[in-house]
Order: sequence, then structure tokens, then C-alpha cells
Amino acid sequence: MSKAIFITGGEVIHPTSTEHADVIVRDGVIEAVGTGLSAPDDAILVDARGCWVGPGLVDLHTHLREPGREAAETIVSGSQAAALGGYSAVVAMPNTEPALDDTMSVSYVITKAATAVVDVAIAGAITVNRAGHDLAPMAELAAAGIRIFTDDGNGVQNAAVMRRAMDYARTLGVTLAQHCEDEHLAEGGVMNEGEVSARLGLLGRPAVSEDIMVERDIALSRLTGCPVHFLHISTAASLRAIAAAKVEGLLVTCEVAPHHFTLDETSLENYGTQFKVHPPLRTRGDRDAVRAALVTGVIDAVATDHAPHADELKELSFDEAPAGMLGLEHAASLTNEALGIGENPLAFFALLSRAPARIAQLRATDVRPLTSAHGGDVVTGEDANLVIFDPRQNYVVDRNALASRSRNTPYDGRSLTGRARATIVRGRLVVNNGELQ
Amino acid sequence: MNDSMRGRNLLGIEDLSATGIVEILDTAESFVEINTRSIKKVPTLKGRVVASLFFEESTRTRLSFETAAKRLSADVISLAVASSSVKKGESLKDTVATIESIGIDALVMRHQASGAAVQVSNYVPNVRVINAGDGQHQHPTQGLLDVFTVRQILAARAGTSGRDSAAELFAGLHVLIVGDIRHSRVARSDMLAFGALGATVKVCAPGTLLPSDMSAWPVEVVTNYDEALQWADVVACLRLQRERGTGAYVPSLEEFTRTHGLTVERYRRLDPRTIILHPGPMNRGVEIDSQVADMTNAFMTTQVRNGVPVRMATLYLALSEEDSKEKHE
Repeated sequence: MSKAIFITGGEVIHPTSTEHADVIVRDGVIEAVGTGLSAPDDAILVDARGCWVGPGLVDLHTHLREPGREAAETIVSGSQAAALGGYSAVVAMPNTEPALDDTMSVSYVITKAATAVVDVAIAGAITVNRAGHDLAPMAELAAAGIRIFTDDGNGVQNAAVMRRAMDYARTLGVTLAQHCEDEHLAEGGVMNEGEVSARLGLLGRPAVSEDIMVERDIALSRLTGCPVHFLHISTAASLRAIAAAKVEGLLVTCEVAPHHFTLDETSLENYGTQFKVHPPLRTRGDRDAVRAALVTGVIDAVATDHAPHADELKELSFDEAPAGMLGLEHAASLTNEALGIGENPLAFFALLSRAPARIAQLRATDVRPLTSAHGGDVVTGEDANLVIFDPRQNYVVDRNALASRSRNTPYDGRSLTGRARATIVRGRLVVNNGELQ
Repeated sequence: MNDSMRGRNLLGIEDLSATGIVEILDTAESFVEINTRSIKKVPTLKGRVVASLFFEESTRTRLSFETAAKRLSADVISLAVASSSVKKGESLKDTVATIESIGIDALVMRHQASGAAVQVSNYVPNVRVINAGDGQHQHPTQGLLDVFTVRQILAARAGTSGRDSAAELFAGLHVLIVGDIRHSRVARSDMLAFGALGATVKVCAPGTLLPSDMSAWPVEVVTNYDEALQWADVVACLRLQRERGTGAYVPSLEEFTRTHGLTVERYRRLDPRTIILHPGPMNRGVEIDSQVADMTNAFMTTQVRNGVPVRMATLYLALSEEDSKEKHE
């Protein structure tokens, strides 16, 4: 049993309210929440003055690279980056080598994840080897605890295959998550298609390649009744389609990545490969639309799409360099800034913890043997997965001082505001004073 | 935008103001004469090392640059990279770091990926980088030699020197660029170079061969090719980039020739003074008819000949001291 933790002087963030209260954590659960609590004798003290005390953040979209590309990231290094970013759980994407498309590869990750400092949930592949043809053994994987499936990195291109996957998934009570890009339209493209790509002579991935697949899967969700989660939405038109689908009452959810509400295609003017990502950084108008939709209910979650790549690959030419950027260590700061520094703790935890936990089925009501509940309320009896987040702390991003094994952040040198002071996973203090314990 | 490329890289035409372009043209003008001497060499860059690094093979451009460097007495090291080192897993950064450590002053590079010269210039800040063509982005020395060629022809016709009358020669000049604009780095450099000097530029191509968005350039897109030909003083044809999978962008080469080729019939309707350009290598019978390519107002050999003094000028300026006034900016 771990030592008790006494979190003092913070602002506790409930789903619809906040209160100034102390929190006592013991034996993996929240023992007490209230004012005037006295510190247990053996407790570690966490000074939470000026901080939010809320449910640990949950990342719906993390590429941990293990197995297959451990030079870029491992489950452990990725989990450390997550903990520093304020996360208590991440959902590991299945585009590893081999892909997480059967119980053997999934059990490998589950075993490795025992040494991670945050909880690692797994997204299984929809199709075998993510090739888009044959369905992966979703029922077996669901029985092994998988609750979300995606071929992320690729969208399922064939509409009939996607329809079949939805028909199959619906009865299993799992969610399908789609990487929305029509590969025929996006083929060969390395950035958003438009004025900037034309000028830079880079092949474009048009916004419609995303919009078309979003519209298609909304139609398929309407047909099958299967819940669909849209990964890293990047265009204003996709958001409009999702908003309409929600009004209609369809079971659709969506996430956006911080880079899509903080950066736009003009970042690529100097051919910096750290800005290459799929879906690509879009126009300023798209960026502003994504940012505005953070608080309208259209966007359910902010997810990182944390995609580590080794330097030597990012130092290839722009066409050859792999797409993807780091996210775990800075997503919370960027979201805090986008919501107005320190102004919107309810939205902050809804986007970064509560909704992602609901979509990934990591809440108390979803809890299965050996798992811990995330994204819940900060009340007595809840599993102690918490973050103590200082929304006003400033720091400067240094690509050489990251916990991730890779350095491909697009924010190097940028000054950010808001940082996790402490992260508690299953009652254990894994980050304190902004440092791994 | 810079008014001088002294001491600077040449990565794209957009880095240069009209003054900066004219400086290069005037410098090139002074090198033309060297190429007519029996001893075609001056000691200007003696002791300087110019590396030519062609990831994508181009015999003509490489030869032109290396000749230019040699005429200025620079030592030339020529690296046949093709894309082999990349396949072996060497990053662009490592490749150029190796070459830099050998000790070079300038790097002339061609790469199949857009932006490669820009990336490299960031990796080796102490080496002057001359872009000899990067993917579908730019081919600045081709753009410069095209404006140089046109200025030379117009000056000769007007009986003036190009040097004294740069502005007047280009003011009101009608330039039509035809063909595979989408995949053409030459088109991108030409549009900017002619535009900067005051010419009016129109482009004409099948919809599939236009960039997705043309708003970055001060050009007008026209659809009536035959009408545009009557309007034009200069017709710049582009190579149809068949090797880049352009086949699928037009139904057939025959159809492209019919709609956008410079055929004999179209040639006959042109004003005889119309200047015809093509960056080479030509697909004779596709974008330009073989007979048309050999007419006296088709200036392809002049373009090639002018490549040497223009590239001498860029190397000379790049390796000159930066203007002191700009240093303090």
C-alpha cells in the first residue's frame, strides 16, 4: 500500500462546479474531500495552492511505438511523458509493428504496460494488419478488455468494410474510431492543399478528403446504429457535419488535436518537417473554427495524437519525412491557453479527462477487473487518478528536455502557460513539483 | 525580399526584389563576354570550393553550373548522390554535414523533393546554397536565365543595352506560360521573375495541370489558349512532366497536344516576333511541335547558352561579401 497523499489548498474541479477543498488519497482511492481536513501523519504533502485538482487527464490518442519502433518511443518513456503532461491514462494506438490486431500482440502490450507510470488502455485494429480488408477478431479482443477500435494512421477506405465493422462492433458494445482521410484524394500529399502548398510546390491533402469520410461514416453510423468516434478532426466543414449529426441524435463523438487549434499551414513556409502531420495543419480559418468549437459541445475531447519520430527520419526531405508530432507533454497547456488561461476549468477537464474517459470506457461504470477508473468526479471513494494542474505556470518548451524518446515537437522554444504540478495514478504520486518521482 | 543576393543563398525567386534580380542580370551581362573569349576563364573565385550535389540527375543543369564555377576558377567537387544515400538511411542533414566538413564555400543542389534546398540551407548556415531545382517548388536560375534571355533579345531589337533599359523592356510585356504549371518548378520561378520585373503574366493549362490555388502569384489564368497566343509577346512552354505520373492528369498526350501544344498551325498564327521559350528537355511533338522548336524565334539554344553567365553571376554574388548596409539592418 502506498503512502497517503494530502493535497492542500487547491480548487477541486467537479463536473459542473468547483470548490476550494483539501483531498486525502489513500490506498488508491480518494479517502476524503473537504475543508479543514487535517493531514494524516504519514502523508506526502502536495501544495495545491493556485492549482486545479481534477481527474487525471486521459489521452484518447497516443502512439507509444512499442512494439516495433522502440527507438522513437517505448511504453515506459511514453507513459513518463504522459504523466508529466498530467495524464493518468492513455489509449495506445494499434499501428505498432506488428499491429495490435490479435490477442497475442495485445497481451504483449498489456504485459509491458505493467511497468508504465500511467494506465495504458489499448485500441485494437479494426482490420487485420490495418490493411482495410479483413475484420480483426474484435469479439476476442473485446473479451480481452478492448473497448475502442481503429486503424488509425489509415482510415478504413472501403465503405463496405467499414459498414461491416460497424454492424459487428455494435453488438459488442465497443466504439469504432476513424482516421478520416480518403487516401485517393490525399494520395502523395504532404500538407494541406491550398495557396501555401501550391506556392511551396508540395503536394496537397485536400480538406475534402477528410470531410468526405466524415460524411460517409455519419451515414454509416445512421445506418448501423454503431457509435463512431472521429479522430483528430481538422476542418471547419467536418465540424459542421458532426454538429448536424449530433443534433440528429446520432452516436458520434469527436476529438481534436492541439496542433489543429494552435497552428496552421503557414507554419510550413520553411519546410520544417516537425510541422508535417496527418491530417495536415489546415488554413487559419480551419484552425479558428476548431478552436471556437472547443466550447460549443461539438468537440468532445482534446487528444494528442502523440506521434514520436526519431530525428534521423525527421531530417529527411519534406516528402520523405514521416508525418506526426509529439503531444503528451504540452497538450494541457495548449488547451488551457485556448480556453483562456485559467478561465475554464470545467471545459478543461471535460475535454481532457471526462469525455475521453467516457469514449474510451474508462469510467467507474465501465471498470473491469484490474482496471482503474478515470475521468470521474473528485469525491470520496473514487479511484485516485488525479492531476494537480497549475493553470498559470509559465515555461518554455525545450525539445532537448522532454521525457519522450523523440524530439519532434512543433513547439520548441515556445512559451506556454499551465502545467501539471502533480499527477497521481492509482493513488501513487508519479509526478510531483513537475518532476517524475 | 532582398535588393541584392550578395553573400546570400539563392533558394527561390521570392527572396529577390526587382533590384536584386536586375543586379544578377547585370552581373551575368558582364560575364557573357568571357564566354566568347578563347581563354574562357577569370580568377574571380580562385581558391573557393563549389560542390554540386544532385540527388536527382540532370546532366544539363549540372554541366551548366559546373562550367560556370570553373570559368570563375572555383574548385568544383561533384557528388553523385542520386537518392542512394537516402535509401541507405542517411538523412539530408547528415549528407550535407559530411560535405560541409570537407570544406566548401557554396553548394549547388538539385533534389526531387520540394524545399530540400531550404532545409539544407538551415543545416549549413556557413555555406551559400544555390537551388538548382527542388521538386515542384522552384528552379530559380532557370527563371533568371529566362528573363535574362528575354531582356537580351528585346534590348538587341531596340538597339539598346539590356543594362540601361531593364525597366522599360519589361513594362507592358505580355508573357504567357503554357502547360504543366502544376508540376513545374520552372513555372513557379518564371511567374515570379517576369512578374517582379513588371511584365504581365498569364498562364494557360488544362484544369488538372494548374496548381490547386493560384492566388499566391500575380498572374491571370486564361482558358482560351489561341486568344492568349495572340496576346503574348513571350510564350514559355513547359515540359509535360510525364515521369511524375502526369499521364493521369490528361486523357492522352494527343489530346494535350491538341488543346495546349504549340503546333505548327498555332505557330503560323503567331506574330513572327513572338519569343518562344522552353526550359528543356523538350518532349518534341507533345508540348511543342518539332518544327516549331527549330524556328528562329524559338530561343532554346540561347537559353542554354545564357545558363552559364547567369549561373556564374549567382555563384559570384553568393560568394561576395554581403553589402555592409544590409548587414546593419
